[in-house]
Amino acid sequence: MLLDVRSVTKRYPGTDAAGPVLDGVTLSMDAGQTLALTGESGSGKSTLLHLAGALDRFDSGEIHLDGVALSPLNDTERAALRREKVALVFQQFNLIPSLTVQQNMAFHARIAGRDDPDRLAELIERLGLDGFETRYPEQLSGGQQQRVAIGRALALRPRLLLADEPTGNLDETTSATVFDLMLDLVRDAGAALFLVTHSQRLADRLDRQLHLSNGRIA
Amino acid sequence: MIRATFLALLSHWRKQPVQFITLVLGLSLATGLWSAVQAINGQARASYAEAAEQLGLNRLSTLSMPSGPVTLDTYVALRRAGWQVSPVLEGRLRLADRFVTLMGVDFLNYPITVTPDAGQTDLTPADIFGKPGRLIASPETLTETPGAILPAPLIASAQVPYGVVLTDIGTAERLLDRHGEISRMLVLPDQAIDLPPIAEVAPSLVLLAPHGENDIARLTDSFHLNLTAFGLLSFAVGLFIVHGTVGLAFEQRRPMIRTLRALGVPLRTLTLLLLTELLLLAFLAGSLGLLLGYLVAAALLPDVVATLRGLYGAPVGGQLTLAPSWIAAGIGMALLGALLAGAQALAKLHRMPLLAAPGQTGWARASVPATRRMVPAGLALIAAGIACHLLFGGLIAGFALLAGLMLGAALLLPPTLALCLNLLARRARGPVQEWLWADLRAQLPGLSLALMALLLALATNIGVGTMVSSFRLTFVGWLDQRLASELYITARDDAQGAQLAEWLAPRTRAVLPIRYGETRISGLPARVYGIVDHSTYRDHWPLIASGPAVWDRVSEGAGVLINEQLARSDDIWPGDSVALAPGWSMPISGVYSDYGNPNPQVILSMDLLLARFDGVANRQFGLRIAPEDRAALISEIRDSFDLPASAIVDQSTVKAQSLRIFEKTFVVTGALNLLTLGVASFAILTSLLTLWTLRLPQLAPVWALGLTRRRLARLELLRSIAMAGLTAVLALPLGLALAWVLLEVINVEAFGWRLPMHLFPLDWLWLWGLALLAGACAALIPARRLLSTAPADLLREFSNER
Amino acid sequence: MNAKACLIFLMSLLSAPAVAQGFADLGTDAEGFAMPERGTTFRFPDDHGAHPSYRIEWWYLTATLTGEDGVDYGVQWTLFRSALAPEDGTGWQTPQLWMGHAALTTPESHFVAERTARGGIGQAGVTAAPFVAWIDDWEMRGREGRGISELSLSARGQAFRYELDLAADGPLVFHGDRGFSVKSAADQASYYYSQPAYEVSGVLHLPEGPVRVTGQGWLDREWSSQPLAQDQTGWDWFSLSFDSGARMMGFRLRDSAGGFTSATWIAPDGTTRSLPDGALSVSPLATTEVAGREVPVDWRVRLPEFGVDVEVAALNPNSWMDTSFPYWEGPVSITGSHSGRGYLEMTGYE
Repeated sequence: MLLDVRSVTKRYPGTDAAGPVLDGVTLSMDAGQTLALTGESGSGKSTLLHLAGALDRFDSGEIHLDGVALSPLNDTERAALRREKVALVFQQFNLIPSLTVQQNMAFHARIAGRDDPDRLAELIERLGLDGFETRYPEQLSGGQQQRVAIGRALALRPRLLLADEPTGNLDETTSATVFDLMLDLVRDAGAALFLVTHSQRLADRLDRQLHLSNGRIA
Repeated sequence: MIRATFLALLSHWRKQPVQFITLVLGLSLATGLWSAVQAINGQARASYAEAAEQLGLNRLSTLSMPSGPVTLDTYVALRRAGWQVSPVLEGRLRLADRFVTLMGVDFLNYPITVTPDAGQTDLTPADIFGKPGRLIASPETLTETPGAILPAPLIASAQVPYGVVLTDIGTAERLLDRHGEISRMLVLPDQAIDLPPIAEVAPSLVLLAPHGENDIARLTDSFHLNLTAFGLLSFAVGLFIVHGTVGLAFEQRRPMIRTLRALGVPLRTLTLLLLTELLLLAFLAGSLGLLLGYLVAAALLPDVVATLRGLYGAPVGGQLTLAPSWIAAGIGMALLGALLAGAQALAKLHRMPLLAAPGQTGWARASVPATRRMVPAGLALIAAGIACHLLFGGLIAGFALLAGLMLGAALLLPPTLALCLNLLARRARGPVQEWLWADLRAQLPGLSLALMALLLALATNIGVGTMVSSFRLTFVGWLDQRLASELYITARDDAQGAQLAEWLAPRTRAVLPIRYGETRISGLPARVYGIVDHSTYRDHWPLIASGPAVWDRVSEGAGVLINEQLARSDDIWPGDSVALAPGWSMPISGVYSDYGNPNPQVILSMDLLLARFDGVANRQFGLRIAPEDRAALISEIRDSFDLPASAIVDQSTVKAQSLRIFEKTFVVTGALNLLTLGVASFAILTSLLTLWTLRLPQLAPVWALGLTRRRLARLELLRSIAMAGLTAVLALPLGLALAWVLLEVINVEAFGWRLPMHLFPLDWLWLWGLALLAGACAALIPARRLLSTAPADLLREFSNER
Repeated sequence: MNAKACLIFLMSLLSAPAVAQGFADLGTDAEGFAMPERGTTFRFPDDHGAHPSYRIEWWYLTATLTGEDGVDYGVQWTLFRSALAPEDGTGWQTPQLWMGHAALTTPESHFVAERTARGGIGQAGVTAAPFVAWIDDWEMRGREGRGISELSLSARGQAFRYELDLAADGPLVFHGDRGFSVKSAADQASYYYSQPAYEVSGVLHLPEGPVRVTGQGWLDREWSSQPLAQDQTGWDWFSLSFDSGARMMGFRLRDSAGGFTSATWIAPDGTTRSLPDGALSVSPLATTEVAGREVPVDWRVRLPEFGVDVEVAALNPNSWMDTSFPYWEGPVSITGSHSGRGYLEMTGYE
């Protein structure tokens, strides 16, 4: 089992009145599997994704990522886990503005010590970023920026790709293209994909779907 | 991982070259000004130490007579008792148009080796000990006295301190016309066993332990403290810039840092990398700053040297030399400054959550309670400064008062400005004005540091300017009073002096002899002048305190006048008495101002002087004549007497010389002042640039509501000018308070004289204009940037959640 | 120029080239200094005093002593006068400079002190009657009316002092031709007389404490204006007191050739014989390293005319005078054809 979430509860400080964001959530994913998590705004789906990626801590329950329990890990160990096994694609792209396209794409793999120029060249080609390698993020369109973010994620050859509304900032056509591309690449790489989206259309294309409502799996 | 992360962090600077330059330049400026002051101080101190070393003052005890010179008999008596002492006769000798210290020693027993520089003709003992003897001086002293008619051949030796001419004691007593006198004796290190106590051999001698610093170092301490205080102020102002840019760089890289952490770079690694980056930048800037400091110091040194020589007669070489410790200290200051300025940013980074919580505030937006907390803190600082002054007194406490006042006022600035803006907002007419004031208030926390820097710079400018101008005004008036005689004449020797006096008597309204004896008062070398009773003194002498019938008492020999320095340092005033020598006290009848003289001085009747002091020279005279007869009399004297051109000095020449020395004294202060103001303007610029990144989201809605970019840009400019102008207005009272402290506290403690304060409103106006200009210049870049921002960029602010 | 450089320069006059050879006959040199002349009669007590018209002069006392503890000691007391010009007067600018050397030698230690002074101010000088030679607190003082035949002597340094009383047990001795002592084949000469026969008693104050001593003293008086010839590099000077009661003074001036020797034989009754160049022969037997140079401290001294063939050995080979003008001076013991004690002075060993 790649990801195993057991009875996880998460509260944000000062929001007791509204109840926990996640309330005893349990789910699991196998390697290479794709899972879509849908839900309305504020349902806690982004929070669950952050927890799965060891970006944030939870109050109770336990998450195992590739067999490693997350709650006992300190910040350094969590950082190492993210560096090694998890790739991220966000709605906001989160590219490093001062690095070029190529540098951005290679970045995660490089800090993980897995620099692979061939893989990078292949990704640039498949993502249609030929000729943009030396551009800076601000010189790219939104779709191109998200393709760079996807490239950066997959250049790592992650075990798990976490994607939070990866096409949320893109128009419909671009959105479809980018999503197809991401799905293809994930499948080719044999990575697992944990997708958070409010789009049923996108969710339908994945292996499994779960719906989050008021912090619980429906 | 480290390499890639570090490169990613550094890539920020490639995208933000202006920011990079600002940071490096800010730190360089701060380090540079500080290092310049340190270089100047170091140079002067090294010169003093060298002089002390060369004169044997730092290692050897000295014996002197409190009541005057040591007699040759006393010297021989000590010698015959077995004491190994070495005689020194010291006096002022005129070479061309300037005075040097002539130091006569017995070369047979002088403990310090002085060898002629290479290329000089070899000296034989007959040259040294015989007539006319030899004068040994540093090459620098020699070059400054070209064409002087010398009483003996000059020999160059770099081992002689600047401004000192070393010669055999036999030559010295002849040139100084002080036969059989010894100023002091050095107690040589190797003494024989079983010697009788000195007190038995020569009871009235005073033994002074060797002292690391000589009189000159002590006298100039206050001058150097002044410079140091200025250097520190410049450095502090420079740090505001660094704080601004470092904060900006962290702020702009916040998303990058978050991403890096999301990608798995541990926080510790990131913090360390940012720290390393900061230190590397500091090192670079520090090195640049040292270069800058060297240039500034080299440019200012001549004036400082002129001041020290003119005001204190301090022997300072004009050649800037660099000690390794200076380099280390400069780099150290840069690193320390960068850490200090970056500490807040680094601490924030460390506390920054991995995921941005909604509504995260930027670094520059201090909360309202923080601004409110500044009020008690500022008041407490001011109170602490005042308490320090009242409780401890002294120069250091005076500077503590200054520091408390300045820092306290700086802390009070943001709340005061906030108050002003609130008042303005209430009176605002129309939505644009309302928005403008509100926006300004919102920006205040981010700008406050830069504005504090500006406040300090402006207040210093006003304070120091007021002090210097007040001093100048007083000084000129004082010179007019003090230099009442139309001509001043110096004879070659006493015989010629007597001849001159006799010859001049029928040709002038009055011949006023200028004669003095040397003594020590309160442990300091002091001069006692004798005067004849004449209306010139009664009408002109600048008394600041006097008892009844002051001039009658002085001329009867029943009272003396003392200078202000002595009166203040010993707190003795008319009615008290002053000890002029062991067993000789005189009642004080009056106190006169005596600017530019660091030592005690006493005036009494000529009869009393001659009765108490032996061998008082009678070579100098002040001549009262009708001003129009001046030229005729000068040429008549020249025709009748064999006198060098420099022997007759016109009153106006003396005044001009004194003023020149005075002006030089404050050239450095003025230059540092201006540089500090420049640095402060730069601080505003960096702060505005810092805030710029946060500006677009705030400007975009305004723009969308229908304001043109041109108008927005104009408002940007206006805002900056308004802030600078407001700060300048607030700087005025602070500056005047500063001037008051400088005149009433620092000057009295440092120099021993108190000056009346004069106000110069025109200067303030000029400074206010300068502040407005600084504000405008600083806002120019952001305003221009706003003009060139594409509408699409402003629109994007709406599409992108930030 | 410091004191040391000055003194080195002054002392180097002793071996400086005689600039004005041609003026020797005129009785003065180029700078106006008086020159010794053969046949001059000494006048006492005046000649015990200073002769400011001559360039250099000294009062040179050495004593070989034995303490109540049985240990041998040596004492030196010297006052040098050096004139920059042949004038005297008062005040700092008098051209007379003075230097004093005092030494106390034990078998283990050698204490040295030096004093310098300007003439004309009373810090140093020599008066003939009553006889006083002084520099600072060091004094050689004659008893009123007794010339130099009864002296009290004192000096002190950083680690020692001594107070001695001396009483002459014989007449003054005149070297060379009635006191005209030739110093080279080129007729460089000085006035030179001695009192070689003092009985000495007094106290030495050593770091270990005071010691009462008795022994023999020898005073040399010499003045001139150009004592050494151009090629002369230094001298070896011996004053030997034999147990037989006879004494001898001998010196060798070293030069590029075979050197120049001179000697005076003093019979127990005080009668003298001056011996010409070559009569005395001295040769080093052993050297020791002192102050970084090789110095002969063991000598063979022969004066065949009087059957003298002795070995002269230093009491303390380290009797180095580390003064402005450094030299070796110390007590010696005599063995061989004669036995006794004496003093050895050596200059010019570089």
